[in-house]
Amino acid sequence: MLIAIAVLFVLLRLLPGDPANALVSVGADAAQIEAARRQVGSDLPLAEQFVRFVAALARFDLGASFVSGVPVIEEIGRRLTVTLPLTLLAFVSAIALALPLGILAAVKRRRWYGGLISIASQLGIAVPVFWIGILLVTLFAVQLRLVPSSGFPARGWLDPLAALRQLALPVLTIALVMAASLIRYVRSASLDVIGSDYLRTARALGSGYREALVRHGIRNGAVPVISILGIELASTLLGAVVVERVFALPGLGSMLLIGIEQRDYPNVQGVLFISTLIVLLVGFAADIAQRLVDPRLRDHAIGGRT
Amino acid sequence: MTDIATPAAGRRLSPTFVIGLVLVGLNVAVALTTLVWTPYDPTAMTGGRLAPPSLLHLAGTDRLGRDLFTEIMIGARIALTVGIGAVAIAALIGVSLGLIAAFASRTLDDILVATLDILIAFPTLLLAMLIVAASDGASLGTAILAIGVAASAIVARLTRILARRVLAMDYVTAARVAGTSWIGIVRIHVLPNIWPTLIVNLALQFGLAVIAEASLSYLGLGAPPPNASWGRLLQEAQGTVYTAPFGAVAPGLALLSLVIGLNLTADGLRDIADPTRRTRT
Repeated sequence: MLIAIAVLFVLLRLLPGDPANALVSVGADAAQIEAARRQVGSDLPLAEQFVRFVAALARFDLGASFVSGVPVIEEIGRRLTVTLPLTLLAFVSAIALALPLGILAAVKRRRWYGGLISIASQLGIAVPVFWIGILLVTLFAVQLRLVPSSGFPARGWLDPLAALRQLALPVLTIALVMAASLIRYVRSASLDVIGSDYLRTARALGSGYREALVRHGIRNGAVPVISILGIELASTLLGAVVVERVFALPGLGSMLLIGIEQRDYPNVQGVLFISTLIVLLVGFAADIAQRLVDPRLRDHAIGGRT
Repeated sequence: MTDIATPAAGRRLSPTFVIGLVLVGLNVAVALTTLVWTPYDPTAMTGGRLAPPSLLHLAGTDRLGRDLFTEIMIGARIALTVGIGAVAIAALIGVSLGLIAAFASRTLDDILVATLDILIAFPTLLLAMLIVAASDGASLGTAILAIGVAASAIVARLTRILARRVLAMDYVTAARVAGTSWIGIVRIHVLPNIWPTLIVNLALQFGLAVIAEASLSYLGLGAPPPNASWGRLLQEAQGTVYTAPFGAVAPGLALLSLVIGLNLTADGLRDIADPTRRTRT
């Protein structure tokens, strides 16, 4: 975690331009710039800036935006109400799509629809998320006029139906892209199970094909899939930047993008810190889930060097 | 058609590999063509604005009346330039770092691995965004650098794992005992053993770099106009999607053809490098 913070800090300090520039107006004299530098602390040595940064993080104090003066943690909280539902809804829909389709693609790999699923997922991983978004807008918002093309209701979740309507296309966009890559993993994990000795043994002992697959296959196939799920969830959360731009959603990603454009360090730092935290938590949760599913992982010493 | 045999596998190339090679070859051919000829001047206003596809304008025109097909052709050149540049950077940094980590003392190795793991947890695009933001102004060069650096973490981790596996071999120990320098070990034993797997991964990274470049341009962080990057074409077309929906489709199809081609090529290369995986697909 400390390394994560250090890497973030270094990355952010690589941004050229003094953060104090955001505070002063164009044409400010040297004294005003000096005062601004003192105010944001960028006149201090880097090491001291780092220590202050870590100390503030420990108190969950992420500072206030240079541009608007709003406390960063408050702004993040508000924007998470868009990004979290978006990511989680998309995540659940992607799993709902990918599990049955992936298993089907493996079991029926010699039928035409098994092959079709594989081809579709190949196509899905070969396109950028934003193009899928644009295509969906073209189809559902422009041609069919079913849902709005972009934006988020000003009243937010106080108007839940309108909010859900706005989120429909972004959720579908992320879900499709995510499902495409998940299907490949689910398919490959299922193929491993299908080719395994224990499944053959179970069938030799008289289980039907379906019964053997359900009783022995799911638990074994789930282990590698869970670790992929963790990575996917984390990258979706961070990858929301692009989708939020496509649909003009006021989420965490657009906060990051605007923060970068305006050199608003506290905002950028805050977003990256919170996302890193979530990424690490998700990874941790995936580890625990894996051990619950597979008792063998519990007995082994974890952390062996590869 | 006679059998196309490879010396390694001794059997026909898989059809998907051939499709992949053809798609990549097509994109390379189009990109090279734009160096000497395009249907129209890419910056000239050649027809009505937002015209639908016709025989004169195969992909229609954009909001300024420029020929979209010309711009898409140039987009192939930009995508390939960024892809090749980024993969070269990723290979250079990634392989060097990976080898250093593989040979390093335990402490240095641990630090490198922890840093790499964190960098890998971030999507390539996000890292590239930060690097672009860190440099002054977006340009083709910064896009290449950003995507290359961002992708190098994955290459480094892979290199480290592969190299460690080779270093554990008895013949490497024998070479060490015989007094071979570590540079000699890398040259004689490590690189020849790990490059097939590396090439496959780099081909995949190429596809990801093309997607990352399009996404950066889409966000306005890529090569600035008049560079007709596919991402920027799509971003512009999104604004006029109500009147000219085709403009939002065509550049994406071009991008799809290149990335699919690269992915299929990577799959084909993997089958050649590692014949035991053939049965899986």
